[in-house]
Amino acid sequence: MAKFTGNKGKKIAGFSTASMGDIVFILLFFFMVTTTMRESDVKVTTNVPKATEVTKLERKDLTVYINIGTPIPSEQARYGTDTRICLGDAIKTVDDIGKFIAAYREGLDEKDQPYMTTALKVDKDTKMGVVSDVKEELRRSSALRIMYNALKAE
Amino acid sequence: MAKRKKGMPELNGAGMSDISFLLLCFFLMTSSMDESMGINRILPQIPDENLPPPENKVKPHNVLSVLVDGQDRLSVNSRIVDIKDLKAVAKEFIANPANDPTKSSKKEVTEDIPNIPGIVKPVMATEAVISLQNARSTSFDVYLRVQNELTAAYSELRDEASKERFGRKFSELNEVQRDFIGKKIYAQRISESPPKDTRKRRN
Repeated sequence: MAKFTGNKGKKIAGFSTASMGDIVFILLFFFMVTTTMRESDVKVTTNVPKATEVTKLERKDLTVYINIGTPIPSEQARYGTDTRICLGDAIKTVDDIGKFIAAYREGLDEKDQPYMTTALKVDKDTKMGVVSDVKEELRRSSALRIMYNALKAE
Repeated sequence: MAKRKKGMPELNGAGMSDISFLLLCFFLMTSSMDESMGINRILPQIPDENLPPPENKVKPHNVLSVLVDGQDRLSVNSRIVDIKDLKAVAKEFIANPANDPTKSSKKEVTEDIPNIPGIVKPVMATEAVISLQNARSTSFDVYLRVQNELTAAYSELRDEASKERFGRKFSELNEVQRDFIGKKIYAQRISESPPKDTRKRRN
């Protein structure tokens, strides 16, 4: 097979890695655009239910998250396995919600404050009693726009 | 100073990919991709204690009372209903195509009707109110499924109405048309009362 043995003496052309940086940069920009910064370490696991009528959150920057679920394994020694409320990165009680919401609202622009939304990320095995308490507390702190987080069901 | 013979020395681009890989890894670690999706609701305001409570003007036949009890059983107007049928029951109640007197009545809208093609007078709006009640031991999963079915009932009715009047889906309407369908004809009125034993404010 002279066709293939013919170039035995030649060197294989070196392969240029100059464009690799460009490719990785494109990847980098993709991730920077599509993802958001994780705002806090959530200390509870929330396995949200599925729903078909879900809508996207309009303004992520005006959203405050309240997570309700069972504490993560590393926190179970302290808080047990009962349903707990996680505000920001700490496990708190219902009574702390008012302060938490007020603090978040303070940090917002005045014209954005009425559009503040509270996203309730609630584990599907949670009993409604806890959720009702949280909702009552939100009403008291006049954070009336809420969203129940859910996964889009196919 | 010695003059350079060449123009610019060539820049070595090999390290660039390493730097951007590092950056990429940083962003991968610190960011999350989960999109927040969910069901939106507006909570009712706390009534002012100094004002007298508003008179209850809703007529009993306009209220669809949905109850989820502590064992996650669903009943609609004191009849046990399967959750799969809830959407159909709610749609039937809100739209009331047969004008059944035991279901919600309609009221003619007179004020603020936008002058846009597709609207024929008289415009009839539903007066239905859905009253949702749950127990403290209802699971959130079932509660959200009920909320989901009720939302689905309203959005299907809105879609039907907008197809009939404007020939498009509700989500494709412009703002005036959407307000007309969503706030006048099929205004979503889901009223929730907290479970009876919800903790009262401690002073």
